[in-house]
Amino acid sequence: MSERRFAAHGPSTVDAAPAARLAGVRVLRGGQALLDGLDLAVPGRGVLALMGPNGAGKSLTLRLLAGLVRPDAGRADWGGAATPPRPQVALVFQRPVMLRRSVRGTLAHALATYGVPRAARAERIAGLLRLGRLEALAERPARRLSGGEQQRLALVRALGAEPRLLLLDEPTASLDPEATAAIEALIRGATEAGTAVVLVTHDPGQARRLADRVAFLHRGRLAGEQPAESFFTAPAAPEARAYLDGRLLL
Amino acid sequence: MQDFGAAFAEAFRLIVTAEPALVEIVLLSLQVSLSAVAAACLVGFPLGAFLAVARFPGRGALVVLVTALMGLPPVVVGLVLYMLFSAAGPLGVLGLLYSPAAMIVAQAVLVTPIVAAMTRQVIEDLNTEYDELLRMMGAGRARSVATLLWDARHSLLTALLAGLGRALAEVGAVMIVGGNINHVTRVMTTAIALETSKGELALALGLGILLVAMSVGLNAAVMGLRGRMAHV
Repeated sequence: MSERRFAAHGPSTVDAAPAARLAGVRVLRGGQALLDGLDLAVPGRGVLALMGPNGAGKSLTLRLLAGLVRPDAGRADWGGAATPPRPQVALVFQRPVMLRRSVRGTLAHALATYGVPRAARAERIAGLLRLGRLEALAERPARRLSGGEQQRLALVRALGAEPRLLLLDEPTASLDPEATAAIEALIRGATEAGTAVVLVTHDPGQARRLADRVAFLHRGRLAGEQPAESFFTAPAAPEARAYLDGRLLL
Repeated sequence: MQDFGAAFAEAFRLIVTAEPALVEIVLLSLQVSLSAVAAACLVGFPLGAFLAVARFPGRGALVVLVTALMGLPPVVVGLVLYMLFSAAGPLGVLGLLYSPAAMIVAQAVLVTPIVAAMTRQVIEDLNTEYDELLRMMGAGRARSVATLLWDARHSLLTALLAGLGRALAEVGAVMIVGGNINHVTRVMTTAIALETSKGELALALGLGILLVAMSVGLNAAVMGLRGRMAHV
């Protein structure tokens, strides 16, 4: 990541503060509470893994943190702001949306949308292509890339905004180990550059490799949140213990 | 049958030798229809995109209206424009009646709903896919619409070609507001109607063959674009 990026939001008192916070959040759909009284603070640095069984509300929590869903009750804030700063809060979807453009065209469109001056775009695009190891694919239509290549493109497209908070919804689901390693390398690079990351994953191995802290969700509530090291050795929440033991949470 | 055979032979001769009378009619047809489609796209693309992304009271009714206008009867459009452009009509002072300009207006009125309705459908579908991404990227309304229009460019070209097909094949409205005046407002369809009624089949057949060839060419272009779109 560039020096400019650190200058923009590098290590500072701002980073010590939560990047985003959900307080007493409730989300209803069809009269049913999908999230109920959820409290979650996203650290200003490092990787927070969101784990839990299917239907626990992980992806919905991510969409709340992205500002794509408004809570029916409770409060979401981003460093005190009631709306997420765009594009400083970036979300990469599990199935990334690819524009009908080339890889280079996709990045050019993203940088133009982020407001990067035209004169600086070519250099930035070259840097992002390098970062995503997409140089050889620069002129290929984005929609014709493999799943792993599309996910790398989606990640560097988001990183082009130099986000303060990067939200990742199972970014390596259905990818092979090589593609997964490439994505994880990008995530590490982003965190080293000072971006706070929230990672939804079903893969405990991935959480072990990447996460600094783990928040465990169950039935729309935060069952527990602790440092990753202790989460895997001594999970505080009984639900998390059962989940890690491979038991079904009914 | 011998007469028909001779008419076909004469029709091909007119085409092969680029008979000036035939060429004049074809060129005027293209001039009128291309101008009408250009005007229809200038209105139809933004109108369709606006209907696709904007939310306002009455939007549903407007979408139904625009879609319904795709089937607007050409003779009714011709009649209404005739009344508007006739000497006693509110636009009579413009002196447009029986001119190519009136024919362009008539065809543009018929083609605009086709372009707008197809644009609305294409952009709405694409917006469903792009909406959250563009919101996350911080794209404003104008930037989003520009992105959608550009990424839907192949489908929009299909809409344009569909409009051109309708314009070239149209006869009722241009007959009424153009008057089918030789060397002034006679286009392929009105010439075919006139020549057939006179029993002069050679020119009618020659123009008919060219019209069908254009239609086939347009459809081939549409299919080619769709095939190309699948790779982007």
